[in-house]
Amino acid sequence: MGEVTYLEALRQGLWEEMERDERVFILGEDVGAYGGAFKVTEGFAKRFGEERVIDTPISEAAIVGAAAGAAHMGMRPVAEMQFIDFISCAYDMLTNYVATARYRAGLPTPLVVRGPCGGYVRGGPFHSQNVEAAFFHTPGLKIVYPATARDAKGLVKSAIRDDDPVIYLEHKWLYRRIKERLPEGEEILTPIGAARVAREGKDLSVVTYGATLWKSLEAAEQLDKDGVSVEVLDLRTLLPLDDAAIMRSVKKTNKLLIVHEDTRTGGLAGEIAARVNEQAFEWLDGPIMRVTAHDVPLPYAPTLEDFVLPQTEDIVKAARWLANY
Amino acid sequence: MASHAAPTAQSPPIPAGLSRDQLLEICRYLRLTRTLEERLTALYRQSRVVGGLFRSLGQEAESVGSAYALERGSHRDFMSPLTRNLGSMLVMGAAPIQILRQYLAKAESPTGGRDLNIHFGDLERGYLGQISHLGDMIPVMAGITLAFKLRREPRVGLVYIGDGGMSAGAFHEGINFAAARRVPLVVIGEYNHWAYSTPPRKQFAVEHLADRVKGYGIPAVSVDGNDVLAVYEATRFAVERARQGKGVHFIEVKTYRRKGHAEHDDQRYVPQNELEWWAKENDPIDRYVQRLLGSGWAEEQELKEIDERVRVEIDAAADACLDEPAPSPESALSHVYGDPPAAERLWFRSV
Repeated sequence: MGEVTYLEALRQGLWEEMERDERVFILGEDVGAYGGAFKVTEGFAKRFGEERVIDTPISEAAIVGAAAGAAHMGMRPVAEMQFIDFISCAYDMLTNYVATARYRAGLPTPLVVRGPCGGYVRGGPFHSQNVEAAFFHTPGLKIVYPATARDAKGLVKSAIRDDDPVIYLEHKWLYRRIKERLPEGEEILTPIGAARVAREGKDLSVVTYGATLWKSLEAAEQLDKDGVSVEVLDLRTLLPLDDAAIMRSVKKTNKLLIVHEDTRTGGLAGEIAARVNEQAFEWLDGPIMRVTAHDVPLPYAPTLEDFVLPQTEDIVKAARWLANY
Repeated sequence: MASHAAPTAQSPPIPAGLSRDQLLEICRYLRLTRTLEERLTALYRQSRVVGGLFRSLGQEAESVGSAYALERGSHRDFMSPLTRNLGSMLVMGAAPIQILRQYLAKAESPTGGRDLNIHFGDLERGYLGQISHLGDMIPVMAGITLAFKLRREPRVGLVYIGDGGMSAGAFHEGINFAAARRVPLVVIGEYNHWAYSTPPRKQFAVEHLADRVKGYGIPAVSVDGNDVLAVYEATRFAVERARQGKGVHFIEVKTYRRKGHAEHDDQRYVPQNELEWWAKENDPIDRYVQRLLGSGWAEEQELKEIDERVRVEIDAAADACLDEPAPSPESALSHVYGDPPAAERLWFRSV
C-alpha cells in the first residue's frame, strides 16, 4: 500500500465503518452524489446507496437533531458540517439536546459530527474557524482532533464506535498536505482520551493539537540544532483531556508551552495551564506560556492571516524564551 | 338509578371505529390527567413540588385524543410531548407515580432527580421527553422516524409544538427536513392562545397555524382541539397515512390554556371573560362526558366509577412516593458519558 493523505485516511475510516456496520449512515449537505465539498464522501452514495448517504437541506440544526433521533433508535449517524464554521447553527442542538441526553434522560446518543476546520488556507472569517473551545465547555460531548493520517482514520473509527456523541474536527490544511504509510490489514483504532508523544525531548514540553502539531515539530527540529530538546505532545482528544500524559511530560521537562491555532482568550490553553498549576505546580521551573492566534476574527488577506495565526517562527521564539527562563 | 341508559339501538354509532371500551378508556385518561394535575397543584401549594408546575387544564383532550391514535406497546409508535402533554404521556404508559416523583425530585424518579416535570422518556414504550428549547424535538423526531423508514419498520412518530414554539427556527428546519425525506411523522400544532404571556397576534401574522405549514408541501388541517374524538379521528387518519409511507402530516388543534404558563403566573394578561367562557362553555372533559351520556354510549354510574378509580390510583401513587428520599448528592456525577462512567469529584470537597 502506498502513502495515503490525511483526507484519504479519513475517507478509509468512514468507508470501513460503513462496510462493517449497517447502522452507520452519513447525512449532510452535498455529501451524496457530489461526494462532499472536499470529496471526503466521494463514491459513498454509489457504494452504499442514497439511503445511507443522505443529502440534506441546508439545516444544521435539523441535521444534528435528526442524527440524535436516529442515534436514540440504535443507528450510528455521522453528520457532516460542510465547514465546521456552520456548526454554530447547531450549537443549541448539540449543547442542550445531544450533550445532556444521557445525563438527564439516560438516552444513548452515539453520533459523530465532523467537518473541516482551521485556517492557513485563506478561507476568511467563515471558512477557517476552530470551534473546539465553544464545545469544550459542554459536559457530555467528546471532542477529537486528529493531526496525522493514522489518527484521522483511527479516530473517526473510534468515534463512530463510541457510545457517546463525538465532535470530530478535521483540519483542512492537513487534508492533502500530510501523507503517511498506513499498514495494510491492520485495524486502526486510535483510543479516545489518549494523547501521544509525537517527539521526545527533555528541556521543554510543547502541548498542541491539529495543524500546529506540524508547526511545533518543525520548531522542535530547528531548536534541536541550537541544543534545545523539545518534547511535543499531540493531544488528539481535547475532551476529555489526557491529564496524565500532560503531567507526565511536564514532570519530565519542567517547562510548558501550549500551542494552539485557536484564539487565546477562552481557548484550551487556559484550561491546560490551570490543570498543570493544580496538579504539577512544584515541578515547574518557569511560567506556563501560550502561543495562540491573536484575539481577532480570522482575516482573509495572506498578510493578515499569517500575522494573526501562530507560525513556526513564533513557536521557536517562544520556546527559546522559555528554555532560557 | 342510572340517569342514562346503556347503548341501545337508538344510540348514534360510535365514530372513528372506536369501541365502547375505548370510549371509556379515553374518559379515564382525561380524568387521570386532570386529577393528577389537581393533586400536583395541592402538592405545589404545600411546597412539596420542587420546581414549577405546568398545567394542561383545558388542553387534556388534544393530548389524550392524539396519543390515543398511536399503536402503543413495546417498540411500536413513538411520541414526543411538550410540557402540557401530560395526557399523552399517560396514554403512552407513563405511570402517575413517575410523574409525581419527577415533580417531587425523588431519587426513584425516571431521571433520578436530574430533570423536571414530564421531561423523561422510555424508548421501549415509545416516548421521549422534550427539552425546554422549543422546536428542538421536531428535528429529533424527524431523525427517529428517519430510522424507522431506513429500517423499513412500520412505525410512526407523533410530536407536539405550540403556537409559540412554531416561531423557533428548529421547528422550521425540522419540519422541512421531515417533509423532504417523507418520514412517517405527524406534527400536532397546539393553538392554545398563549405563549407564556404572548398572544398569537404578536407571534405570527396568519390566522391559522396550518396556514404556515402548507408551504412545506404537506397536508395541514385544523381541528377542534377540545373535541377529543375529533382530535383522535384526525390523528388516526394522519398516523395511518404516515404508516403507508405518505409522509408528514400537520394537525392544528384549537384549544385554550386556562392556567398561567406555570402555577406562579397569575395570568393578569388574560381577559377574565375569555377564561370564564372556555371554562364554562368549552371544557373538553365536560363536553366529552355530555356526549358520552347524551349519545347513550356510557352510563353515569360507569363514569363515576372511573372517577373513583382514578382518585384511588392517584392517592395510592402519592402516598407511595411522598416520603421517598431525594437523590444522593454524589449521584450527580454519574452518567455524563457512557465512558468515563462518572465526572471527577473536585479537590476542594476533600480538603
